[in-house]
Amino acid sequence: MTTTTTAPGPGIAKVDTTPIDNSGRDTKAGWLFSAPFLVLYALFLIGPVLVGLVISFFNTATVKNDLGEFVALENYTDVLGNLDFWKSMWHSTLFTILTVPFLVVLPLLAAIFASRISRNQWFYRIAFFAPYVVPSASVCLIFSFIYAPESGLFVKALDLVGLPAPDFLGSTNGAWLSLTILTVWWTFGFNFVLYTAALQEIPEETYEAAAIDGASPWQQMRSITVPLLRPTISLVLMLQILASLKVFDQIFILLQGGPNLSTRPVIQYIYDTGFTTYRGGYAAAATMVYFVTLVIISAVWMLATRRRGADA
Amino acid sequence: MRGSYTRRNFLAMGGGLSLAGLLSACGSPVVTSLTGGQPATADVIFWHLFGGGDGENMATMVDTVQKTTGHSVESTLLSWGNPYYTKLSLAASSNRPPDVALTHLSRLPTLAQAGLLTPWSDTGLGQLGVTQDKFTPAAWEKATIDGETWALPLDTHPFVLYYNEALAKQAGLLNDAGDNLVDISGQERFVEALTELKKASGKYGVTMPTITDPSTVWRWFYTVYSGLAGPIVSDSGTEVTVDDDAMNEAFAFIQSLTQELGLMGGSVTPDLAKQQFSNGDAGFLLDGVWNIALYRDVKDLKFNMVPIPALLGDKPVAYADSHALIIPKSSARSAEREGYAEQFIQGILGQSAVWAGGGHVPAWLPVQESAEFKALSPQKNYVDAAFNAVYDPAGWYTGAGSDFQNQMGGVISTVITGATKPPNGTSQIKRALRQFASTNAPVS
Repeated sequence: MTTTTTAPGPGIAKVDTTPIDNSGRDTKAGWLFSAPFLVLYALFLIGPVLVGLVISFFNTATVKNDLGEFVALENYTDVLGNLDFWKSMWHSTLFTILTVPFLVVLPLLAAIFASRISRNQWFYRIAFFAPYVVPSASVCLIFSFIYAPESGLFVKALDLVGLPAPDFLGSTNGAWLSLTILTVWWTFGFNFVLYTAALQEIPEETYEAAAIDGASPWQQMRSITVPLLRPTISLVLMLQILASLKVFDQIFILLQGGPNLSTRPVIQYIYDTGFTTYRGGYAAAATMVYFVTLVIISAVWMLATRRRGADA
Repeated sequence: MRGSYTRRNFLAMGGGLSLAGLLSACGSPVVTSLTGGQPATADVIFWHLFGGGDGENMATMVDTVQKTTGHSVESTLLSWGNPYYTKLSLAASSNRPPDVALTHLSRLPTLAQAGLLTPWSDTGLGQLGVTQDKFTPAAWEKATIDGETWALPLDTHPFVLYYNEALAKQAGLLNDAGDNLVDISGQERFVEALTELKKASGKYGVTMPTITDPSTVWRWFYTVYSGLAGPIVSDSGTEVTVDDDAMNEAFAFIQSLTQELGLMGGSVTPDLAKQQFSNGDAGFLLDGVWNIALYRDVKDLKFNMVPIPALLGDKPVAYADSHALIIPKSSARSAEREGYAEQFIQGILGQSAVWAGGGHVPAWLPVQESAEFKALSPQKNYVDAAFNAVYDPAGWYTGAGSDFQNQMGGVISTVITGATKPPNGTSQIKRALRQFASTNAPVS
């Protein structure tokens, strides 16, 4: 450590008053700079949420201009008592359970691997990150070829080594397997970049010191890399849980929520009821229930990590 | 520094110029999106959902109509099914719809009941000679709701049987003239024919998409079921009228083809179905007439299309839908533009012969009854299907690409793949239907 903190003496305290006076102006400039974002945020996020909250109490049709008949809490009781809604909530949760472990651990290993490579590191970084920039529609198209029964790449490959291929698109278990493989391959890159950035923050000297003290690479990883990455791992885990719970694209494009709606995530349920069958009010109520669930998960997580932070 | 451009000046000027450019035409989309008017980038703005061969035919028709009427047309292709209807209905309900749009007649009730359409009687189409007597009666009737006609039918497109001529001949299924199949109606004869075809192809008797394509499996199932019983819902979709025995029997039949009898693949994606029929791995294909373009260009494939024969019941069923043209209601549209829209519709209907090239049976009788169309093969084989068409049962939730078709198709798929037993399939269908039927309809 080269920096040392010392208690400020009386002389220093005097000098420190100037920045405090400045802070009023800084705040104003800060607000001004944030204004474009705040306006858009209010217009396109807060506004719609409020509109959604209002129409969730009406039998609003997406195809009509008026709010429709006031139904008080009927939409909410319908949503909470609807088996299809809870099934779709479970599908989103199951997807999260299936994908999060892979998407938190594998990118970490890949990032450590890439950071240890001394030559052509850029190539590995690009290779790991590249799939992330492919649009969801293209990814799903490619994988629908790969998963195709009888003629698909996976089926042929498994055939070659004499293994029975699962019904990737036609059975529920096969569909979850397909989605997990697709999603891990596709979204892996984002977390990889977060880990790579965090790894570069760890000063080289720490490793040097450890190496001089005779620590093996495995010990270095366990005692230096992982502990110093803990805030990043925690961040990635939270972002990943929220991202996985919001799944829609790949399930909708690859399987339309099938087979027999056994993979339909809650966002697709909302889309199907709100836009396909035009039940705007009902879909708004479903959205609110889902929204509250996400807020609760985030809040629990924040409290948990804050407490752990305070303990440490 | 005097007189020189600063970066700020330059940006301000550039911004001002581009803003002026955007605002210069008062019909420009940027302005209309702010003022709530309708963009007027062409005389007629037309939305449709046709890709592939149909898309090309539609483009040809639009081009011809542009030339004959002298009005410019901007035609926009949106992706088929849900996304299309979502955009169309939201554009119409926020009062900026296209001037003319395409719809499936099975999706018409909701659009009409939500008050989003101009009825035929309020248009000048009658004076232009676009009248009831010139349309296939079944299609016109389907376009009429509560005494008003809301759409002008363009075609009827049934779900039919494609057959590979070489394999059918090998299996002894061709008639003496060689231009049609021998009589294979009835479950027994149909299964026999498939068994022979399976021998001839070495793989399967028949193919069709059975997974990831709920609409197609729904069409197949409803074709079979409708041979035994009436609509599965009635009273505008508020009452479930499933005949349990008929549904169990229909499920058992379609499951037996893929499972016990092995005459058809159980898990077949649309791509695989296309491959199997193109390569001669299956002698029959169950599909809509609109896919004719997919197979016409396949080298060395000679095929023909015929109505699906009677299977479980006595009478053949032609499950079908119709494309139709509508004028969405817009208070901002001038009488002049309304006139352009009507001329456009008249022109497109007049081009029905081009449209028939895509496998559809034109609803416009002057073309359907012309010698030119009557000579068109294989379209002439299934003209009758247009007159006996069975559409989706009427209801606010049914129709092409609807959530209803997705849910029904989902259940049916699992029966076909063998994952669900027929009676369970029936109870799942009924459960889903009861839920739809008991829901507050968004429009009525």
